[in-house]
Amino acid sequence: MRHDHLISAKQLSRGDIDAVLDRAAEIAADPGAVTGAHADTLLGLLFFEPSTRTKMSFDAAMKRLGGDTVDMGSVDSSSVKKGESLADTVRVIEGYADALVLRHPSEGSAKLASEFVDIPVVNAGDGAGQHPSQTLLDMYTIRENAGLDDLTIGIMGDLKYGRTVHSLAHALTNFDVSQHFISPESLRLPRGVRYDLHEAGAQVREHTGIEDVIETLDVLYVTRIQRERFPDENEYRQVAGEYRIDAGLLEAANDELTVMHPLPRVDEIAPGVDETRYATYFEQAHNGIPVRMALLDEML
Amino acid sequence: MTDTELRVSKIEDGTVIDHIAGGQALNVLAILGIDGGSGEEVSVGMNVPSDRLGRKDIVKVEGRELSQNEVDVLSLIAPAATINIVRGFDVVEKHRVTRPQTVGGVLSCPNANCISTGDEPIESRFDVLEEGVRCTYCGTIIRDSIAAHISVE
Repeated sequence: MRHDHLISAKQLSRGDIDAVLDRAAEIAADPGAVTGAHADTLLGLLFFEPSTRTKMSFDAAMKRLGGDTVDMGSVDSSSVKKGESLADTVRVIEGYADALVLRHPSEGSAKLASEFVDIPVVNAGDGAGQHPSQTLLDMYTIRENAGLDDLTIGIMGDLKYGRTVHSLAHALTNFDVSQHFISPESLRLPRGVRYDLHEAGAQVREHTGIEDVIETLDVLYVTRIQRERFPDENEYRQVAGEYRIDAGLLEAANDELTVMHPLPRVDEIAPGVDETRYATYFEQAHNGIPVRMALLDEML
Repeated sequence: MTDTELRVSKIEDGTVIDHIAGGQALNVLAILGIDGGSGEEVSVGMNVPSDRLGRKDIVKVEGRELSQNEVDVLSLIAPAATINIVRGFDVVEKHRVTRPQTVGGVLSCPNANCISTGDEPIESRFDVLEEGVRCTYCGTIIRDSIAAHISVE
């Protein structure tokens, strides 16, 4: 991949995506072949927001490549607590690590970081902006289960604030994919994302109910509707209940449907779905390792 | 406009920004960072008759020649504006504003969660779209009322 940084899925061409996914498939098939490939490489982990999967899988991926990680730790125990700017923090950590993985609550934070350091920056989530490394593992999972061309996908849940959705929707415009967006009116895709999809030549088909499209889908990508986005508990419960996947709903689905979720889920996918042939979200989470190994291998 | 219709006097040396849409003159001054605080002589005519625009605003800044880069940002709120550089009471240069590709430090991002609105050592930056502008950092698009987002220090 020719980019110095991975800030947004918008920068990824089909060739970039294929290169990482192909490399990930090679690594998954023979993990031992890359053991020690990046010995002496130190990856800086800067997580200003909580993370389990992303942080642990970058940590594991770097170590499986023979390198190691240095972790800023929690914000409460760092100099950020003393009011240090992000620009200063990344310039300091630049001296400790060979690349940075950054998660931060503000949109545009990874772009800012990339302007202040000369080492590669990977955006691991910037507020409600982008989460491109998640997108690469999502694309890998889709390719493994349904293929990436002649595909119909439904993306459901919090499309306004969901950074995994913003990245995935854009990356999919590189392929022959028909995208349907299913959300409450108040959580529609933001204007900027719709603008980008339009510019990329994609048709944005928006729905307020999953029932309209469930039987046409090859992939259903579910995201969590976040309680804190609603002014009161009742309104949240009402909306969240309408965007819940259970075995009953899936009776109308295509037999080959792949159900995905970036996790963590709360109750938007009923536990009963876990045992069905549709459930792919744990496999998706596990794919974070070979895909992030491939990404680091390509960038470092 | 004839001399008898002039509501503000001619300037000897400086810049005249003409054909500003009626009511936008104060926003033009804000976008240029001219608030009178540094002692410039500034004359403002608002809603004066215009053959081309019906009503227009006009701004005259004595003793200061604005650069092309400075005036290009005016295109965001005054696309029809013309710039006259005056020396010795004569107009020596006359040109239209052109739309820049980006504008920096002039507008503030309306997204309160954008990193550019925080306490970071950067200035705001916007890409200029066919319609509106877009924050380079967070991607927020401003289509309407761009003048409402002018960042005045």
